[in-house]
Formats: sequence, C-alpha cells, structure tokens
Amino acid sequence: MLFQNCKMKNTEAVVEGDAASKVYVAPGKYDEFYNFVSGGFSGQVSVYGIPSCRLIKVIPVFSAFPENGYGFSEETKPMLNTTVGYVPWDDQHHLELSQTNGEQDGRWLFANANNTPRIARIDLTTFKTVEILQIPNSAGNHSSPFITENTEYVIAGTRFSVPLGDQDVPISSFKKNFKSTASFIKIDKDNGHMKLAFQIILPGMNLDLSHCGKGPSHDWFFFSTYNTEQAYTLLEVNASQKDKDFVVAVNWKKAEQYAKAGKGKMTSVPHAHNLYDEDKQKSTSEIETEVLTLDPKDCPDMVYMIPCPKSPHGCDVDPTGEYIVGSGKLAALIPVFSFTKTMAAIQQKQFEGDFYGIPVIKYEAALYGEVKKPGLGPLHTEFDGKGNAYTSFFISSEVVKWDIKTLTVLDRQPTFYSVGHLSIPGGDTKKPWGKYLIAYDKITKDRYLPTGPELFQSAQLYDISGDKMQLLMDFPTIGEPHYAQAIPASMIKDKSVKFYDIMKNHNEFVALGEKKTKVVRTGNRVDVYMTAIRSHLTPDNIEGVFVGDEIYFHVTNLEQDWDIPHGFAIKNNPNAELLIMPGETCTLKFVPEKQGIYPFYCTDFCSALHQEMQGYLRVSAKGANTPLKFSTGVIASAEATK
Amino acid sequence: MHCHFNIQVMKKLTAPGKISIVLIMACIAMLWFKPMWRIDLRAPQYPEGISMQIWIDDVKGDVAIINGLNHYIGMKTIHKKDFVEFLILPKAFLIFISLGVVVLFCNRKLIFYLWSGLFLLISLFAFSDFYMWEYNYGHNLDPHAPIQVPGMVYQPPLLGYKKMLNFEALSQPDVGGWFFIGAGVLLLTASVYEWKKNKNDIRLHASATASVGVLHESV
Repeated sequence: MLFQNCKMKNTEAVVEGDAASKVYVAPGKYDEFYNFVSGGFSGQVSVYGIPSCRLIKVIPVFSAFPENGYGFSEETKPMLNTTVGYVPWDDQHHLELSQTNGEQDGRWLFANANNTPRIARIDLTTFKTVEILQIPNSAGNHSSPFITENTEYVIAGTRFSVPLGDQDVPISSFKKNFKSTASFIKIDKDNGHMKLAFQIILPGMNLDLSHCGKGPSHDWFFFSTYNTEQAYTLLEVNASQKDKDFVVAVNWKKAEQYAKAGKGKMTSVPHAHNLYDEDKQKSTSEIETEVLTLDPKDCPDMVYMIPCPKSPHGCDVDPTGEYIVGSGKLAALIPVFSFTKTMAAIQQKQFEGDFYGIPVIKYEAALYGEVKKPGLGPLHTEFDGKGNAYTSFFISSEVVKWDIKTLTVLDRQPTFYSVGHLSIPGGDTKKPWGKYLIAYDKITKDRYLPTGPELFQSAQLYDISGDKMQLLMDFPTIGEPHYAQAIPASMIKDKSVKFYDIMKNHNEFVALGEKKTKVVRTGNRVDVYMTAIRSHLTPDNIEGVFVGDEIYFHVTNLEQDWDIPHGFAIKNNPNAELLIMPGETCTLKFVPEKQGIYPFYCTDFCSALHQEMQGYLRVSAKGANTPLKFSTGVIASAEATK
Repeated sequence: MHCHFNIQVMKKLTAPGKISIVLIMACIAMLWFKPMWRIDLRAPQYPEGISMQIWIDDVKGDVAIINGLNHYIGMKTIHKKDFVEFLILPKAFLIFISLGVVVLFCNRKLIFYLWSGLFLLISLFAFSDFYMWEYNYGHNLDPHAPIQVPGMVYQPPLLGYKKMLNFEALSQPDVGGWFFIGAGVLLLTASVYEWKKNKNDIRLHASATASVGVLHESV
C-alpha cells in the first residue's frame, strides 16, 4: 500500500459475442454497403466496404494523384484549374449522394473543397471526378455540398465571411464589410451539370453545416451558424460569448421565385467551371463571369433566424421533415425545433427582434423540446428511420441514441476517441437504411500499432439493428473524415463500368489500332500517337526529337476486357505516370532538357510479359539533323548497327 | 501541583520514544526524495491518463498538458513560481527535522509533546492551504472562457474521486505523502506510549491527571 497508488478503472469497451462474424465478409463475397468517406486534408474521397471496413478505393477529387495521373495527365489537369490557376490540393470536408424524392438514387456523389471554394461531382458508374465548379464570393466553403430532396440544388455556404468582390478594407471593418453567402447551384437532372443559379448575401458570420427539409419542409434549407458575435480575431474566446447563435432558415423556393422575378443583382465575379467530357475523354476549364445575388432586404419572407444554443455545428433534419436538430458544440443539451411550429411562428409574427433586418423567431415558439444532459459537445445527428436519432459527442467521446418524440436518451456507446461525424446508411435522407452506424473519430492514440507521431484517423462500426448499439469493429481511415455517406452496394455495383468501349473513344488523339500510330511534329511540338496492348507499346522506338521539344505521349489502351489497365512513364520526366483503362486514351507531357536515350515502359503489371513492355526515346541536341523515325519490331541490318 | 507537573513531563523519554524520533526525522526527509501528493486525471480521449505530482518544492508531471486543457473552462494555469508554499514548506520541514535533534538532546517528554504539536500544526496548515488553493482554482474562473457550463465548478477533490465534465480525478497521497502520514502515525503512537508509560506510577497519577489534562488541551 505504501508503494502503490490507487488507479482508476479503464473503461474498455468489451466487444461482445458475435461481433467478429458480423464483420467478416468471406473471400469472394461482397460487402453490403459502399461507404463514401470524405478525405479531409487529403483532398480525396475514400470508399470503404461495410461491414468489412476494408478500403476499396481512393477517388482523387481535389488533390493531384500521381498514382493514376489525375491532375498530371493533359486530360485531367484542367479539372484542378481555378481563377488563380492550377491548384494541386484542397481540404475535402463533406459529401452528399444524389437523391430522388428524398431517397438515394446512386447517380452522383457531390464533394466540397473548403480552401479554394469549389464543389465536385463524382460519377458513380466510373468513380471518376467529372465536374468541378468554383464558388465566387466565398471563403471556407464548409457548409457544403448539401442538396435538396430531388437534387434540384446543391448549396455552398461560407465559413469565413469576406468582403464581396476583392475590396481592400481593414479587417476590423468586419461588421460593416464582411458578408457570408449561401450559394444555390442548379443541377441538371439529366446530366448532372452544375450552374450557379443565385447567391443569398447574409450578414458576416460563420455558416457551419446545412440540411434541406424533407416532405412538408421540402421548400426550406436550414443552416447552422456560429460567430454571430461577429468576431474576427481570437474566435476561440470571442465567438463563444453569446448564449445562442442561430439556425438560418432559407425558403429556397421563394428565393428561386425572386431570382426569376428579377429581384437579384447581377454582379461580375469570375469563377472556373471544369467539366470532363466522357465522349471526348478530356476535361475543359471555362471561366464563368456572372453571379446573381439576392439581398434579404429586397426579398421579404425568404430568410429567418431561429436562436440555437452555443455555437451550433450540426443542423440535421429527421426523415419525416418535421424535426430540426441543432447541435451546439459548447452546449450541454440538444435543441429540437419543430417545422410546424416554426411556420406558425412566422405566420403569427412571433419574433424577438431581428439580426441585420432578418427576423429572429422566438426560441420557445420554434422549439419542440430539448434533450437534457445527453453528453458533452454534441456535433452531428443522423437517423435510423425508426424514430431514433443518434448524436456524436466530441468532448465526452460517445455516440448517444435518443428518441425523437420523447426526447429521452436510450443508449450510449463510447468511441475511440472523440468522435466527430457519424454515418448511418441513408441516415440523412427520407428513407434511412439503418442497420449500421459508423463513428469517425478525431483522436487515434493507442487504437492501432503505433506509426510514429503521425497517425491515421480511427473509426468504429456499430450494429444499430437492436435496441442497444453493439460495437463491431475498429478501423483506420485515410486523410481525415469529416462526413460520410453510405448506400446499399446493389444500387451502384451493377451499373459500374467495366471498361470503355473503344469505338466510342472520341479523344482527339486516339489511335484506333496499331496501324494508326504515328509521331507528328508541328514546330517544336511533337505528338506521339501510341497504343498499348499486351505486351508491347507501339511505337516503342522513337528517334528525331530534340532537346526542348514539347512531347505529348497520347497512349490508347487497345484492350477491351475487364481489369487490363496499362501504365506509362518515361525516365527523368518531372511529371507523374499515366494509368490508362481499356478503351481509354491518356496524354503525358515531356520536355527533355538533355540529349540522350530515355526508356519508357508500362507501369501497371498487365501480363506475364509485362517486364518486356518497354521502349526507347532518342533525344538529340537542338539543331541536330536526326530524322524523325518511329516503329515497333523493326530491327536494323547488321551494317547499320556498327 | 506545579512540582508534580514538572516531575511528570520532565521525565526522560523512553528508548522506543527516542528511536521513534530518528524514524520520524527519516520519514520527513523522504519528502525531498518522493512527491507528497498526486492527482490523476482520466478522460475518454486520454486513455494513457494524465498525472500531476506535488513535491515539497515543485509541481511535476503533465502540468503543461493540464494547463493547456484548463484554459477552455477558464481555470488558471499552474506554475511553480506562483506557489509561495514551495518556499515555506521546505524551510518549515527542515526546521522541524532540526528540532528533532533538539528533542533528542533535551530528552524530555514535554519537548517531545511540543514537537508533536508542531507537526500537527504544520499538517493542518498544509491541508487547509491545499483545500483553499483547490477551492480558488476550481471556483475563480475566467468569465470569458470558451466553455461555460452554468453553475459548474471544477474544485479538484482534496482526497478521493470526483468527476468533472468528461474528466475523472483521483487525489491521493504519493510515496512521500505516505511517509509523512507514517511520521504522523509514529508521532501519535510514540506520544501515547510515552504518556501511558507514566500510568504505572500510582503516586503521580492523581495529580498528573489534572496537569496532563491541562497539557493535553494546550497541545
């Protein structure tokens, strides 16, 4: 007793019973759900299989991906273009699967970029990023990319208020000059193309998260907002002073009408719009120039504020569309608002003043009730479709299940450690699939084998099919997940493209067959029309290019079979490789700076004789009179090689 | 009665009593080698646990981490230089130990009882000072702190377990503290032993009762 001290018991979560069998997906079998997980500071989107929690794919979206040439090949470089040029990285926070009538439809996945505000659209038949739209008048594109029930609009809200346009004003003029914006991007229902329809200009504050209403609340969008103290420095203290911030309720249908009726102001703000054309197999970048802005002062009945305790983060709407859950990250309770009551309060003008002219509804008038003492630091809420809500608690590091109608806590489970977001398949739609809950944590520490100071993030999988949540699995994730979406595998897997039909390849530089390969010089630009098929490249001997030439290797993969990609790389090229899918044509640029022989080869193990799939490029000094020659299989006579 | 009083308490110390003085001095000396007290903290996101050890002249352990966390709730940071106790305590105990030599040299029960009394005084001062510090630390919060839970105070437990928000705290003596308590127990036992060793003398018992009663109260 003298030499030992008392220790506090460790709360180890005991994994009970049949957890192992519930996460085991036998070899040859498939997972039940695709889990699309945001990559945070990696800039990418990762895909996990649930319940095995295995990483299936990393989809490059906002960061250059040398592994497959995304952002390096000539066809994909324009995807990362912006008004400030090529940006090789961004911070990818949230994801939203497209919906039809409030239910997941498996067509597209939308992803936001936080740092250089943009929204991307990923095609779920090819798992490729096919469109990126830059958002003007925005900074910290955090409250994004949330959609309306029928994917009519995707919204983008600003975390960092900034002056509109590029005015030069003192930072301390925040209250007067800095504005937050809520952008509404129209989605073409046939091809998914994005267009910025209008922006609502709001007072300076931080818009955090957002969700659209469902069913009866279909016409409304709800944004959580913090820093209504309007602090611009030491927000840690200065943005935590007010007892309540707001949920901003926007009637987007009304906004749409005002925009049509000409109540908006057309302003000139350039923003990039990048689109990948599947037919021509290349992406283009155009600069759009105009944005329509709406001011709440000119548009009555469009925007309202509902007080919400203590710097809210999550703003989640239950499957019925009646209850709106605000999660105040510094609050010790969860307020649940009623849509019906909110509408009634607006009708009866039950306001407690205004915020820069926007009516503020009385808290009690809009409130359905509060969940008392659920935990510490609530962040996000999702639903299982059975009348239950699940909220993540960062500070007390747990997930709490509660009944929406009775506002009582039903169950709590620890997470390891400090959960940020949680995801239930379909959990933010009208029709949640339920069954599983995945918690994405912010602190990893001792969950896995240590890997030095920099660790992967951790996540836990829970079975929520019963009354109590059951911990099944603990797995590391890439980047830093901030949000996720899960969808039954059956809605995507049968539509997944196996390879591209080469007869539909309309790439400008396609070589439809080995006979169509060639090397063409135009000034100091050289275009190599190359083909790749097991196991040789055509042409694989090229001579007559010079130091300083801009050489473009256009490689067409002639295979028409499943999972036979070819890669392409050339020595001493300050560039990445190409990974070309069957039927595809990709282009890699190379500007040699020294004369010499440069080998090139296929980088993806494609066949038994993959090692033999190589070639040589002869680069002569500028001004040399080496004739342009290209071939495969041509062997010089004994005389010529001496 | 005065002379009887003198006779009683001016009696010499027993052999075990004298040995106890040396042991007690050694126990107190341990405070220079081991921490007096420890506060262990645990939270879900700190599976490795956080700990703070209070020494006779310093605070050691994860003080920097605790300081980093506490600013969210508006608690003051802990720095060795802010505690005058770390200057007073070592001096006080050094004097106490030196006095032990004096007690041994004087070899009188009275001096021994006075020495015990001094120990009791120092202990009471130390514990009540610690309690006051913990009270202020947990109650006087920065009104501009980011996280404000209405009505919540963060006074760490003086001894034992307490849960505050997501943190569990356990406050208990550390090795040096146990030696200190051991010294106290030894002092008490030795005092009682010394006192009881007089009971056998019936002639002095009657008058001694009154005077010892007086002495006991004054101690």
